[in-house]
Amino acid sequence: MPRIHLENLVKRYGDFEVLHGINLEMHENEFTVLVGPSGCGKSTTLRMIAGLETVSSGEIFINEKPVSHLEPKARDLAMVFQDYALYPHMNVAKNMSFALRLQRRPKAEIDEKVGAVADMLGLTKFLHRKPGELSGGQRQRVAMGRALTRNAGTFLFDEPLSNLDAKLRGQMRAELALMRQKVRKNMIYVTHDQIEAMTLADRIVVMHGGYIQQQGTPEELFKRPVNKFVAGFLGSPPMNFLDANLEERDGRLFVHGAGFDIALPEDKIAAAKAHNDGALTLGIRPSDLHFNPDAPDESSIDLKVIVSEYIGAQSVLLCACGDQNVEVELKSETPIALGETLRFAVNTEGIHMFDRETEVAIR
Amino acid sequence: MSVAIKANRLTPYLFLAPAGIILIFALLYPIGYMVYASFLDWSPSQRIGQAEFIGLRNYINLMSDEAFRESFWVTIRFAAVVVTLEMALGVGLALLLDRNIPGMAVLRTVFILPMMIAPIVVGLMWRYMYHPTVGIFNRTLKDMGLEGIPWLSDSTWSFIAVVIADVWQWTPFIFILALAAMQSLPRSALEAAEIDGASEWQKIILIKLPLMMPVLIVTLLLRLIDAFKVLEVILVLTNGGPGLSTEILALRIFRTAQEFQELGEAAAMSNVLLMLLMAITIGMFAYNRVQEARAARQRAIAEKGDD
Repeated sequence: MPRIHLENLVKRYGDFEVLHGINLEMHENEFTVLVGPSGCGKSTTLRMIAGLETVSSGEIFINEKPVSHLEPKARDLAMVFQDYALYPHMNVAKNMSFALRLQRRPKAEIDEKVGAVADMLGLTKFLHRKPGELSGGQRQRVAMGRALTRNAGTFLFDEPLSNLDAKLRGQMRAELALMRQKVRKNMIYVTHDQIEAMTLADRIVVMHGGYIQQQGTPEELFKRPVNKFVAGFLGSPPMNFLDANLEERDGRLFVHGAGFDIALPEDKIAAAKAHNDGALTLGIRPSDLHFNPDAPDESSIDLKVIVSEYIGAQSVLLCACGDQNVEVELKSETPIALGETLRFAVNTEGIHMFDRETEVAIR
Repeated sequence: MSVAIKANRLTPYLFLAPAGIILIFALLYPIGYMVYASFLDWSPSQRIGQAEFIGLRNYINLMSDEAFRESFWVTIRFAAVVVTLEMALGVGLALLLDRNIPGMAVLRTVFILPMMIAPIVVGLMWRYMYHPTVGIFNRTLKDMGLEGIPWLSDSTWSFIAVVIADVWQWTPFIFILALAAMQSLPRSALEAAEIDGASEWQKIILIKLPLMMPVLIVTLLLRLIDAFKVLEVILVLTNGGPGLSTEILALRIFRTAQEFQELGEAAAMSNVLLMLLMAITIGMFAYNRVQEARAARQRAIAEKGDD
């Protein structure tokens, strides 16, 4: 049974439509991540679920109950904000217990809950501090703690890690994953960071331009993106795209372009043939390109190294393929020189094809 | 230490000097003059050097001066009443009008108009409105078949009348400052409160007002200082009367100097008023300082112990 269900959700500001009919089902206790570039409508969707934005048309169901006309407080939610949104004049304990105090719960119960959550998040010794007396990471934890103390049915996260520096962000991401194992709740998480999305989500919903592009498990989206946008958005370094044409020779089908001529594997031929005009975009992830000087022509690509970015054990090479750019990863100890042309074997499993006009995946 | 370094050290003071000199002549000299004058038995016909030095006698006289004591209490009562009313109305209006209504910009401008009118004009305007026979209030009351109110001739009513005029003029001041404070409140904290289940009232009482408190305290202080010094409106409306019912300190000081020609005693009164205001101000600043020091200390500890 779906716990949360969005039906044709539309948001308009005046005549300007920012969300164009979102349909989404989230299952019981699922961790759903809405991900997309800024302005894609992910935060608006979350804020509409929270009740902070009005719904222009469509409906939100929580446990089969339409809630779009209910006040936020009637929706049984807790939310973590990007800027933490702590109450600056209350200490940590008061911040965390705010919702419970509004519900006039007995003091003993409040103390117990706050104590337990503070213990879990390592906040016990800060309970009497005010937010202004805490560091960024600690504030983030308090915001999380406030949501947990609330014990609501659904947790909403609006880019909770984006105000932290890189190191702390990695650490908090791990803590979130850990918390996720302890707390079985519906969680909806908005981020623009595809790594957060990939590592935390049970289900990723990729949004762009006010539409859902694709939803599914991180693996599904990574391996079988439905269009060029999703393919390019998930994965780091991102997928390479090359203009290509289909050519049939000696009874085999080749994707041909400036600097490459790759034979398609059996399982992709039917789909490629069905694509009539032959003009397409070839997509290959850096992880599907392996340095191999002896690879045969029909499953390799020759790349001229332009820039080498050393990042430790691996280096990311920016290369030219004809007049297009390709990024590949390479073990740092491989002896290469800038300007040199290297041959990379293509893992044919990892070949993605997209219609050049519509950008829809051909498969 | 070389000469060059010494010269460098002195440069800032050189640049500060003009401001310092202006400060001495424009601020410290007049105040010092007033403090000195308060120890003299001095009438306007004398030069200050000819006046007799009488030590603290002016202050001692004040203690036993019934009229001064009455003025003092009228002032305290007036300041307390108007500032309380203005704070309540100003903040209340700001809470009501902190939203996007069409034409809000115009409305806000209209609201702050009274503040822009010269106090003398405000006094004259209200005097006509309070006029026992042709004033709008009594005419309206009479049209409704009620008896007119002795606005400026009864001691209780005249106090109420000056309070109303002051509230009319100065509520907008509190209103715009409160509105500005409210609009700079962190949106997300209010949204968080909404999700946590706070009603509109709870949001106001538990979040908005406490967060606006620093601004409100400064606003209160400014208004309090101003209310203690109010002169023109009351001078025009009642001239302190009837009796001493509306004779606030500023008016008493003015009359002591002008009508009774007691410059020394007027200076002593001014000093009492000055000390009263200083005590309030210093108290507020000290409170702020203590709060800030505490926050800074805690923050330092937090940053040291951070992961």
